[in-house]
Amino acid sequence: MTEYQTNVPTDTETVQDTVWEQQTAFIDSVPRWIAMTFVFLAFIGTWQLVTSLELVSPIILPTPMETLEDMIFVGQNLLTNGYMLGALWITVQEVIYGFALAIAIGFSLGVLVGETAFGERAVMPYLVAIDTMPKVAFAPLFVAWLGFGIESKVALAAFIATFPIVVGTAAGLHAADENARMLFKTMGASRMQTLIKMKLPTGLPQIFTGLKIGAVGVMAGAITGEFLGGGKGFGELIRVAASQLNTPRVFSLILYLSVLGLALYLVVQWTQRRVVFWQKETVVSHDG
Amino acid sequence: MNIAVAHNYSGAPLGAPVYELTHVSKTYARNLVVALQDVSLTLTKGSFTSVIGSSGCGKSTLLKIMAGLIPPTKGRVTLQNQPVTGPRRDIGMMFQQATLFPWKTAVENIVLPIEIRDGKAAAKKAMGKAHELLEIVGLKGFENVYPNELSGGMAQRAAICRMLITEPAVLLLDEPFSALDELSRDMMNMELQRICREQDATAFLVTHSIQEAVILSDDIVVMKPRPGRIAEVVTVDLPRPRTLDMMTTPKFGEIVDRIRSMLDKGEDM
Repeated sequence: MTEYQTNVPTDTETVQDTVWEQQTAFIDSVPRWIAMTFVFLAFIGTWQLVTSLELVSPIILPTPMETLEDMIFVGQNLLTNGYMLGALWITVQEVIYGFALAIAIGFSLGVLVGETAFGERAVMPYLVAIDTMPKVAFAPLFVAWLGFGIESKVALAAFIATFPIVVGTAAGLHAADENARMLFKTMGASRMQTLIKMKLPTGLPQIFTGLKIGAVGVMAGAITGEFLGGGKGFGELIRVAASQLNTPRVFSLILYLSVLGLALYLVVQWTQRRVVFWQKETVVSHDG
Repeated sequence: MNIAVAHNYSGAPLGAPVYELTHVSKTYARNLVVALQDVSLTLTKGSFTSVIGSSGCGKSTLLKIMAGLIPPTKGRVTLQNQPVTGPRRDIGMMFQQATLFPWKTAVENIVLPIEIRDGKAAAKKAMGKAHELLEIVGLKGFENVYPNELSGGMAQRAAICRMLITEPAVLLLDEPFSALDELSRDMMNMELQRICREQDATAFLVTHSIQEAVILSDDIVVMKPRPGRIAEVVTVDLPRPRTLDMMTTPKFGEIVDRIRSMLDKGEDM
């Protein structure tokens, strides 16, 4: 708090300090975890209210307690090496292979499009055209080409995740400013040197943004692939549970899946902080 | 500070011609736009030359030709008796922005020109020299600091070191301190003078500031636009080393006024 002293000279009166009452928004004085817990409890409370008043049929929406019980059951199954762990492992594999494939293809195409005039003029229009298609609609094709195993799911996951990586890489390669380009020219740098020592490092923040969007897409792709192409993954468990109207199971499986998705996202973010150490945090957050 | 890093860069004696432009012209858009018309200029060893003129007078074009970034349409450009046909090791350049790369420390940024031209091993060998240069510009202790932690003025000091690391025969300065506040700018100009004198450097400065040109230069090339050409070369006969106090002397004011009136005349054309 700042104190401002008035400089009016007074001999007899006692001088009053001009102290401003600092205004702080209420939310700033509440610790973040308390605020988050509050929102969580409000959500669960509303959910509980809706179910206990039977505003919705219990078949459509289970109670929070039923969902929690099922989560514990699924958790036990996963921890005791049950059949669900096998299903989860299949989905994890699809996600990892799909992401790796998307990174390899997306990065290569991104460099082609971002660095060469040929790529930008001749390849980019096709990429934009394909990107505007509803990519999920390709799932039956992938099943027809690659079968009901994990290959078709890997393909769909990679297919969805590739485009944001292409765009991120291409945008990153354009991020270097005129000064940096001119500087590299005056140093007599070759095209390859300019790409590797200047354009790529400059574009890393954009590339990682593409990777983060891709990480979200790869999860969606793997699960959609399992819905539409069968197999033995976690998506299949959800589909079966839904067809049996076992909604608590559907909810708890989705929650476990979101943990997987979050883990993948955090791995990318962690890598970004290590690799792009000079980048200022741009996350929207109060306490940084 | 008497650290002799690279005395006598070009090997030529003081006063000998280092950079020569003879009847240089540059036209764009199929000879429709004349950016530069018949420019002849000689920079002598150890001299400081500034070019000043309103926008469109072709000074950036001139600088790019001198840096070997673009070819002239007509005329001869030679540095140390070798025609300039592209970027060269003996041309050092500095821009308005320091353009340090945030993933490299100060010394790593400084040895970058060596890394690009001679590879990583040579860059490693040049580290010692980079440390000495940092000491010359007053950045001792900041060797392993990343650019994000440097102020604007400190970043430009590091950029000076990067320019000097290859021991260039000529320094091309493209408004190097115009992004700094006025106080740092004056200080950096005095630093620049000191460094140039210590290294016997031949310098060529593009600037918008008449005061800056007068306080630093031996010769000031006044250019006029449409087509870009040299209007006059003004010799500044203030004694060396220059000090900031000189900016208040009548003689300084006289030269500034003279150049300003030339530039004003150029505006009417």
